[in-house]
Amino acid sequence: MKFSLLILASPYSQQGGLSALKFAQACLNQGHQIYRVFFYHEAVQTASFLQTPQQDESNLHQLWCELAEQHKIDLVTCIAAALKRGVLDKSEAKRYEKDGFNLQKPFELSGLGQLLDAQINSDQLITFA
Amino acid sequence: MTHKILIIARSAPYGSSLAREGLDYVLTSAAYDQDICLLFLGDGIFQLLKGQQPKQINLKSQIGAMEILPLYDIEDLFVVEEDLIERNIDTKDLGMKVVSIKRAEVSQLINSQHKVLSF
Repeated sequence: MKFSLLILASPYSQQGGLSALKFAQACLNQGHQIYRVFFYHEAVQTASFLQTPQQDESNLHQLWCELAEQHKIDLVTCIAAALKRGVLDKSEAKRYEKDGFNLQKPFELSGLGQLLDAQINSDQLITFA
Repeated sequence: MTHKILIIARSAPYGSSLAREGLDYVLTSAAYDQDICLLFLGDGIFQLLKGQQPKQINLKSQIGAMEILPLYDIEDLFVVEEDLIERNIDTKDLGMKVVSIKRAEVSQLINSQHKVLSF
């Protein structure tokens, strides 16, 4: 089956972020395909590489990066939701004249059209709120 | 290909930005020529109330933003009769033209769609 994931949950305040990662790992382990992971609402915080949890806690950003690199997964962050929450890549930081950026590959910024595309082209879109 | 997509709005309009961000998805999907209908479920019904004054909390009006829906050819807005009764809301308190269905008919509505997403 071809799955896509819509993550709405904040990475460290809600369980949904970690559940989504576990679900993605389980899908891949069972031979299913992940078409896209779309980060929206509070979940856009997951895309920031500046997050620095304590060493004995999971670093969700790092875990998604590892999974994406291993399995070539598309990690898309909603640009409008991300910008207002202070999650910017290098080119957006430049465009808005900000001193720093906190999003880089394998995460990318794109529009809600990518969520629609995922919904249409996957067998199942699973939401983690 | 045009898909029939049902968006279920379950969040109250303020207190969380989910209602607003859900509406953004509705408008995006409609702009890509999909056949969208909306079901306001549970506290999602509060999004439709007339007379919202969110300026006092520095937010934009949810019902105001929804007035654009007919321009995107989104005209099927469903509410659940029991949700209205439980919240003491009359359809004349709502700022949009809606179709009221029974709770028992919700599964039929969901089954009639290609894709479903809820916010």
